[in-house]
Amino acid sequence: MMQASLSIINFRKDEEKVKRKKIMKAAVTAALVLTSLFLLQCLLVPKYATDVVEGSLIAEYYQEEKDHDVVFIGDCEVYENFSPRVLWEEYGINSYIRGSAQQLIWQSYYLLEDTLRYEKPEVVIFNVLAMQYDRPQKEAYNRMSLEGMKWSGAKVKAIRASMTEREEFLDYVFPILRYHSRWEELKSEDVQYLFDRKKVSHNGYYMRVDVKPAENVPEGNILADYQFGENAYDYLDRMTRLCRENDIQLILIKAPSLYPFWYEEWEQQIEDYAEKNDLLYLNFLEMTEETGIDFSTDTYDGGLHMNLSGAEKLSACLGRILQEDVGLKDRRGEKELSEKWQEKIIAYEAEKERQYKENMG
Amino acid sequence: MLFTSYEFLGFILILFVLYYLIPTKFQWPLLLAASYVFYFLADPFYLIYILTTTVTVYFLGCRIERYREEQSGYLKDHKEELSREEKKAYKSGIKKRQWRLLLLGLLINLGILAVVKYTNFAIANVNFVLHCFGSSREFGLVDLVLPMGISFYTFQALGYIIDVYRGTVKAQKNPFQFALFVSFFPQLVQGPISRYQDLSETLFGGHKFHAETVCFGLERILWGFFKKLVIADRILVGVNTIVRNPEEYGGAYVLAGMLFYALELYADFTGGIDITIGVAQVLGITVTENFNRPYFSKSIKEYWRRWHITMGTWFTDYIFYPISVCKPMLKFSRFAREHFGEAIGKRMPVYLSSFAVWLATGIWHGASWNFVVWGLGNWVVIMISQELEPLYKKFHEWAGRRFGREIGENVLFRCFQVIRTILLMSVLRTFDCYRDVPLTFRMLGSAVRGGNWQIFWDGSLLGLGLDMADYGILAAGLVLLLVVSLLQRSGSVREKIARRPYPVRFMIWYGLFLAVLLMGAYGIGYDASQFIYNQF
Repeated sequence: MMQASLSIINFRKDEEKVKRKKIMKAAVTAALVLTSLFLLQCLLVPKYATDVVEGSLIAEYYQEEKDHDVVFIGDCEVYENFSPRVLWEEYGINSYIRGSAQQLIWQSYYLLEDTLRYEKPEVVIFNVLAMQYDRPQKEAYNRMSLEGMKWSGAKVKAIRASMTEREEFLDYVFPILRYHSRWEELKSEDVQYLFDRKKVSHNGYYMRVDVKPAENVPEGNILADYQFGENAYDYLDRMTRLCRENDIQLILIKAPSLYPFWYEEWEQQIEDYAEKNDLLYLNFLEMTEETGIDFSTDTYDGGLHMNLSGAEKLSACLGRILQEDVGLKDRRGEKELSEKWQEKIIAYEAEKERQYKENMG
Repeated sequence: MLFTSYEFLGFILILFVLYYLIPTKFQWPLLLAASYVFYFLADPFYLIYILTTTVTVYFLGCRIERYREEQSGYLKDHKEELSREEKKAYKSGIKKRQWRLLLLGLLINLGILAVVKYTNFAIANVNFVLHCFGSSREFGLVDLVLPMGISFYTFQALGYIIDVYRGTVKAQKNPFQFALFVSFFPQLVQGPISRYQDLSETLFGGHKFHAETVCFGLERILWGFFKKLVIADRILVGVNTIVRNPEEYGGAYVLAGMLFYALELYADFTGGIDITIGVAQVLGITVTENFNRPYFSKSIKEYWRRWHITMGTWFTDYIFYPISVCKPMLKFSRFAREHFGEAIGKRMPVYLSSFAVWLATGIWHGASWNFVVWGLGNWVVIMISQELEPLYKKFHEWAGRRFGREIGENVLFRCFQVIRTILLMSVLRTFDCYRDVPLTFRMLGSAVRGGNWQIFWDGSLLGLGLDMADYGILAAGLVLLLVVSLLQRSGSVREKIARRPYPVRFMIWYGLFLAVLLMGAYGIGYDASQFIYNQF
């Protein structure tokens, strides 16, 4: 009897042992698979460290102290045309640019939603060129605008609103599915920035010091329809509402880029919208005297974007308006913030110097 | 829903989990629901067609069966009273009624298939004839949607009703089980064309979770994905470049295109079937194999016994044999023997029946002349090789005497036979590639003239949209296919792998998974390609 009980106990022990072994095997396998897939994904996703650095801009925001007075949202006309350093140094305004290449208005809206999860700036500045697009455009730009966002409801909605016909939501969740064939083009930077990305912007500003004067800027093509789309207006309405609900002043701007062409009909629609919604609208294309922009020296690509000189002039003008007309406070007296900005200015100057040297070389 | 889409993966994942969570008696109703959801997601409009086929074949099958039951009941009850002639007359009456029902089933379902698949082909031909006679009249083409998998499920359903008529299977009385037989989703897209007696064995029964079976099924799915995404969809780029630009890519490029297409078609079709069989296996269901290493065939005849097996046997059982033994053919056989002698007269009815089979095979593959020519091309090659059989025999005897042993056992000669078969099949498939008969002949002529053989070594093949990495992957994939095929000769590769220690098994399957993940031609930057046989 006792022997029988003992053998049952031994049998159960063996069974448990086998079970434990199986669980162990499954756990080790799962760990191996998940770790290797994670590492592969880290390796394969583009690092945007040297060639197309614009893809890094959106993610850099999350490393920041979130206490900004002004947040810019929009396309290249914000991240290449305004220098937060000037706004700080000359007016004590702490600002950040959440810009990305061809940022569509719904992406700007969801980036604003995302920003409000972390902070509530006094002013949000939106560049209205994005109103020209009513439908998703290019996958590559979607990726640069959306991949850097942290996961949230806003990101999910932004992806859903932005996907082109052949894009899949799952490819955003598991980027390895999108970049699976990038093993053919891996470079040393893919290993170097496997986990930590290289910082490429200065509070979202992408610096360029080279000069290419604006010459022979083409006239805009004749369009079949100059009316901004319903979808674009819908998101502009949402943006206006969101700012109002959060007691944020929304300012619409049109940066002084000569191309893409800004049509009179578009201008009229934005002016009407701003008036109807009691928003401040600044068209810097019509403020060359105030800004002092000289298109023979202040642009690096023939009038599409400002270079450092242009961006600093433009920021100086904007800072004046923000302080005098909007009434933003000068925060240069805040010790902690000033110290942080001192570090940023050093990095800014170093980058400026590097680029000047490179250009001269 | 493409087999290679995320939606399909999500769909089967949910199905697999549900399937083994619910009581086994609800498994087949779940499969029926899943099959209809699968079909509905492809296009809700398709449901009309599959439901028509299901309902008509089900009721006609039941009616045919009931006649049989009535007959056996009547004959049993009146065993003593009826004379032999009366019994014969009664049976013949019943048979006639059953035949009428079968005919009705065939007409309805082949009619639907003919209308949706061949109307525009017919109109185009009528217009061509009118044009040849100088008429300016032209009939407009009709905008008809070809329901997914219609050729496959129609043939499967018709095979069933013919078997019921022949008495080789009993009619399925449960309409829902019959509906599942017609619509079982893994084989709805590109076959295989299952027989009722084979599929029904495992389709309706409950299946407990069996780790090894599920694992084998998943392995088969993965292998199918490898073939489709890593090989077929990658080489597709090269095939398309050559085929879509015939003026630019003539001569040796045509030969390259033929070989590329041979590989693409094999990887695409067998890959799809692997996914089908794998999905079914995970569900505990056995689906008939459709391939048996066809590229190891030593003749075209053998090739067709090993390629798309279920289609071949379907045509043999339901077209070749009925035609061979029908009254007019028997009459023709007698006539041929009397007029052309025993030897030729005996072969003529076989050739005629084969002609009908290959014509049907060609038309089944697509509503255009290139498929007809392709089908008949196969027939011509098979007939010629059959006629040359005595010559081959003499050659084998001579070679046996000359070299002291049977030449068929010589590895080099066997390789020659295999390569010859692949080349012959590739030549015939150019009609499938270019899809235009005169153009195909022109391109075949250009291939024979050649003149630009240097493309095989001067880097020109890198201009077809495939780079060195692509060729590297394709070469590795081809080697893997070859190794697996060779291993299969001595039994199941999955069983061989299953006998290995766990780390080895893990490395093999995880390696294959990574190959699909990293080297698969899917997502943005690659053309999402349907399985070739979806179109048939």
